[in-house]
Amino acid sequence: MVTRMKILIIEDDIEAAAYLAKAFREAGIVCDHASDGESGLFMASENSYDVLVVDRMLPRRDGLSVISELRRKDIHTPVLILSALGQVDDRVTGLRAGGDDYLPKPYAFNELLARVEVLGRRKGTPEQDMVYRVGDLELDRLSHSVRRQGKEIPLQPREFRLLEYLMKNAGQVVTRTMLLENVWDYHFDPQTNVIDVHVSRLRSKIEKDFDLPLLRTVRGAGYMIKDDRTATA
Amino acid sequence: MSKIGVLFRTTAVRLSALYLILFSLCAAFLVFYVTGMSERLLQQQTRDAVTAEVTQIEQVYTRAGINGLLRSLERRARQPGANLYVIAGPSGEILAGNVASLEPGLLDREGWTDKPFAYQRYTDETRQDSHVALAHVLVLDNGLRILVGRDLQEPQKFRALVRQALMVALGIMGIGALIIWFAIGRNALKRIDRMSEASTKIMAGDLSQRLPMSGSGDEFDRLSESLNAMLERIEKLNEGLRQVSDNIAHDLKTPLTRLRNKAEAALARKGTSQRGALEEIIGESDQLIRTFNALLMISRVEAGSAAAEMSEVDLSQIVSDCVELYEPVAEDVGLRLEADVEPGMVISGNRELVGQALGNLLDNALKYAEGATDPQIKVSLGKRDGKVFLSVADHGPGVPEDKREDVVKRFVRLDESRSKPGTGLGLSLVEAVMEMHHGDLDLAATDPDAAENGKGLTVHMVFPPPAS
Repeated sequence: MVTRMKILIIEDDIEAAAYLAKAFREAGIVCDHASDGESGLFMASENSYDVLVVDRMLPRRDGLSVISELRRKDIHTPVLILSALGQVDDRVTGLRAGGDDYLPKPYAFNELLARVEVLGRRKGTPEQDMVYRVGDLELDRLSHSVRRQGKEIPLQPREFRLLEYLMKNAGQVVTRTMLLENVWDYHFDPQTNVIDVHVSRLRSKIEKDFDLPLLRTVRGAGYMIKDDRTATA
Repeated sequence: MSKIGVLFRTTAVRLSALYLILFSLCAAFLVFYVTGMSERLLQQQTRDAVTAEVTQIEQVYTRAGINGLLRSLERRARQPGANLYVIAGPSGEILAGNVASLEPGLLDREGWTDKPFAYQRYTDETRQDSHVALAHVLVLDNGLRILVGRDLQEPQKFRALVRQALMVALGIMGIGALIIWFAIGRNALKRIDRMSEASTKIMAGDLSQRLPMSGSGDEFDRLSESLNAMLERIEKLNEGLRQVSDNIAHDLKTPLTRLRNKAEAALARKGTSQRGALEEIIGESDQLIRTFNALLMISRVEAGSAAAEMSEVDLSQIVSDCVELYEPVAEDVGLRLEADVEPGMVISGNRELVGQALGNLLDNALKYAEGATDPQIKVSLGKRDGKVFLSVADHGPGVPEDKREDVVKRFVRLDESRSKPGTGLGLSLVEAVMEMHHGDLDLAATDPDAAENGKGLTVHMVFPPPAS
């Protein structure tokens, strides 16, 4: 059985932190809170967390310096940076400081939750898995081929990468922005539902001739690929 | 005094004064050193010559006795430019030689005179015409004293001449420096006065003022030029800021009011599920956040803070990525997205921002060309006149020529009813991005000859030629 994920929120806005902690607990995630940089750094060094959610602007020690200090101490807990500064260059500086993901404020909680879950899972997922499997769907990363029930499904390169990312995070919700970031490697706001159309094309290819749906739309959040029969995660 | 005082406080004058002093000290040291050294050398030569003569005289005395010595001295004394020769009795009275008078007591001691001494020659007319010499005194066994000396006038004249030349040169330098200080300093002061006059006006709020330029292209002009460029930028940013705050007040009030109305309406519906209303409210606030993000992004791009993140980017790749990203959506709404991309087009730019800008253009094209008779949207990338053109052409209703400048402004939307979703900021961001890339944004009709409301719109993003 999967153990419950444990995260630390370092955020000086008490109200926002309380809301986040409550929402994370409802999602089944154990949640600690530190309200300034120094105590956050202390807690993150003393305890073991799966993910750190760090606000960029903090009293006593700013978020980026907390992260670089942790990395200097050889603590490599995945970090998600929250920031009111949401522009391209801020993201770059945040990731350069050692952050693993960056979410500008204001954000939808579903977006944050999805990203935290993917980051927390990252520790356990061996990147070197050559074949991803969800139910009867198989994706071979080496030969770039996809099969379902042993039948080859031809995919465009981008569709392959889209499915690869979804399957890498099988059982997790991935949001539209996460898809744009990880599959297309862009961080801008595409305004229209471009991602949805790509996903629905992919869905029709992998589900058209089969009974069991695998790729689900999670309302108000994003997408998830999952085999309902095995009920993993 | 105050004028001179101000003058002295200018950097040019201070520096030149410092250089003048340093140079004078060096020159003075050099001259004194050179004259001192050469004097010592000349004295050494004098001593050597005198010593040689004394040795000869001693030899003559031992060989030919007193008479031979006297004859020899007589001969030597008569030669032109001769050395000094004195033969004196044991008590010091001068018996023969070419010297009229000597400092008293000079002949008492055998050997070199301690220091140069004054004497007079027979040829001298007055007592003022005294000479200075260095001499060696020889005492013979019969008590006679013989003095052999050499005049020091030449080296002393030489030294005096060099020192005089130094004084004159320093004087000329000083006067020259004063004149140059005055000319440069006064000119500089005048121009600085004009500049501070202009900046006082600017500080008082008249941002359209510019610093004066003389047109000579010197450092003051260069300074004025860059300050003027800075002012231009400030003026523009200021203008943009004012426009934005006006527009924010106007355009954000509308969705906020809508948001409030929805919340109120939901509150009024007692008892029933408010889920739907809450979802609508979240949707509405997401749209607001999106508008804010776009606004912030525009002002950040305009402020140039993202310029630091410029690098070599493959524009062809970005265009292919975006076309690929939007292609399915286009197909969904019955449009055909076509790309004509010249490969390997590398520019200096920001990948994310160019991607966002192109995304905005494609988004607009999809929104406004939906249902057009010609479903083609063509994205082309190529070089023309050395510049890189990235164009998106649709066959939708287009933008009337007189509105083309307006649509780029923030919050300006031609569609008054606002039936299509959007922030009204898309093109503003594209323009800001193009400005950041030192490029241009051009709007044109795709089919200029078509009927009104069917001309289509072509937007060109024109990038400067890549620096190779």
